Amino acid sequence: MKASYLQAAPLALILGVFLLLPMLVLLVVSFFDYDSVQIIPGFVLTNYQEVLGSAVTWRTYLNTLRFTVIVWAITLAVGFWVSFYLAFVVRSQVTQLVLFLVCTIPFLTSNIIRMISWVPFLGREGLLNTALLRLGLIRAPLEFLLFSDFAVVLAYVHLYTLFMVTPIFNTMMRIDRRLIEAAIDNGARSWQIIAHVVVPLCKPGIAIGSIFVVTLVMGDFITVRLLSGGQSASIGLMISNQISLLQYPAACANAVVLLAVVLLMIAAILRIVDIRRDL
Amino acid sequence: MTFGIIGRVILTAFFCLFVLFLYGPTLTIVVLSFQGPDGGLTFPMNGVSLQWFTRLFETQAVGDFGGALTRSLLLALIVMVVTVVISLAAGLAFRRRFIGSSALFMLTVASLIIPSILVSLGIGLLFNLTGLDPAWYSSALGAQLTWTLPFGLLIMFAVFNRFNRAWEEAARDLGSSPWQRFRHVVLPIIAPSVVGIALFGFTLSYDEFARTLLTAGSDNTLPLEIFGMTTNVTTPVLYALGTVTTGLSFVVIGIALVTMAALARRRADRSG
Repeated sequence: MKASYLQAAPLALILGVFLLLPMLVLLVVSFFDYDSVQIIPGFVLTNYQEVLGSAVTWRTYLNTLRFTVIVWAITLAVGFWVSFYLAFVVRSQVTQLVLFLVCTIPFLTSNIIRMISWVPFLGREGLLNTALLRLGLIRAPLEFLLFSDFAVVLAYVHLYTLFMVTPIFNTMMRIDRRLIEAAIDNGARSWQIIAHVVVPLCKPGIAIGSIFVVTLVMGDFITVRLLSGGQSASIGLMISNQISLLQYPAACANAVVLLAVVLLMIAAILRIVDIRRDL
Repeated sequence: MTFGIIGRVILTAFFCLFVLFLYGPTLTIVVLSFQGPDGGLTFPMNGVSLQWFTRLFETQAVGDFGGALTRSLLLALIVMVVTVVISLAAGLAFRRRFIGSSALFMLTVASLIIPSILVSLGIGLLFNLTGLDPAWYSSALGAQLTWTLPFGLLIMFAVFNRFNRAWEEAARDLGSSPWQRFRHVVLPIIAPSVVGIALFGFTLSYDEFARTLLTAGSDNTLPLEIFGMTTNVTTPVLYALGTVTTGLSFVVIGIALVTMAALARRRADRSG
């Protein structure tokens, strides 16, 4: 029994110092005052009044939410069918493992490089425009491909679909194959099996994947910065801009609001789907 | 299962497209990094050369490539070792219920879910307010651990969920000490997964950006250096850097996978 405490202590210590304490600091500093050169300790509500009272914040939240919903829908659709292919169409276990690794490996390489790698692909003289021009499908290069909302969404899907694939694949692999055989024996068609057997049993995996994607997109600032070309904003980018202007209390108030919003979204997902038996 | 021949063909095609989507852009970067001396950031290739790779090591092209790479590799090694030891210990702890176990589990999950920029900002301010100097080996190390430890612990959970305790009970009946049971029974069985945790610890740290941004202090890690380059470098030297770091990641992943396979095979041979 005592051994458990000793074994868990290092984890608790590190998360206490580098997660819990910093979050408390955020909360405290969000009530501090500041001027153009320094932070002034105190207790003021002006930072929150400015965050919640500004139309820019609301518009930025709306834009971030729009990105989140679009990316969530696409990663869910892509992630579901990729997992479905791996779990039900691929038959040999070795192939399954190898293909799953093929999907996982990019996750372990640099995110920033993966974002930049879209530039030569989508640019004015990029591969896609050149190919479309040569095929005669377009007359002039498409401008909306790079440094646009399109590029941002594409990069998100590129970076985060794996976060959907892994939990959904995991729940699919646990589905008792006899349930599907029973459905076939009872005359169910393929789409009926998917709609009435596979999807309901995958819900916990879908919920876990959704939590990942929603929180990653809600908090992102690098993708928007690199690929929107200054055309778009996100809450993360707003916070990062406030930090570079050294407006720490304002950034903290914004951060606390963002954390609250993200936690509410997670709570909403958990209300819809019970994931406890999958943890 | 059936799902019709047409459905299976469509799904296979879809999966292949997905893999192309995953790897295609990176491949373009790799090709473009061999751009000739007069070549630009996009196609067509103006000849083939290695000059962008040699440029990497000139200080004027990249801020401090050698220093940043050394720091990133060293930090990744430290994060790897700490992640393995702490997740392994915590994984063992969570096999039994203890007071505060569910709170600690929630905290670990929160660590994964809280937006990275908040962790970065919080740790940066914490060091600022306490008068400590942020540095890659202190504040950035802590920030990266908040990202790698949850993955380590989740891998341990997956392992111990499938773990057959009969082996340990047999060892206990034969009079082994707890340490002997861990060293000679548990560890050999979970060894491949421990290598997996090491792989996650190393690569996630080596590529970490958002949590390191405000915590690295004055000396940049490689991803921070790359991020700086994206705004002011307009030559394929950026792609050369991308090719080198991605290549390095692939080498590490390769080593880890080969080690995991070898460990799994050795165990299969012994028990078979």
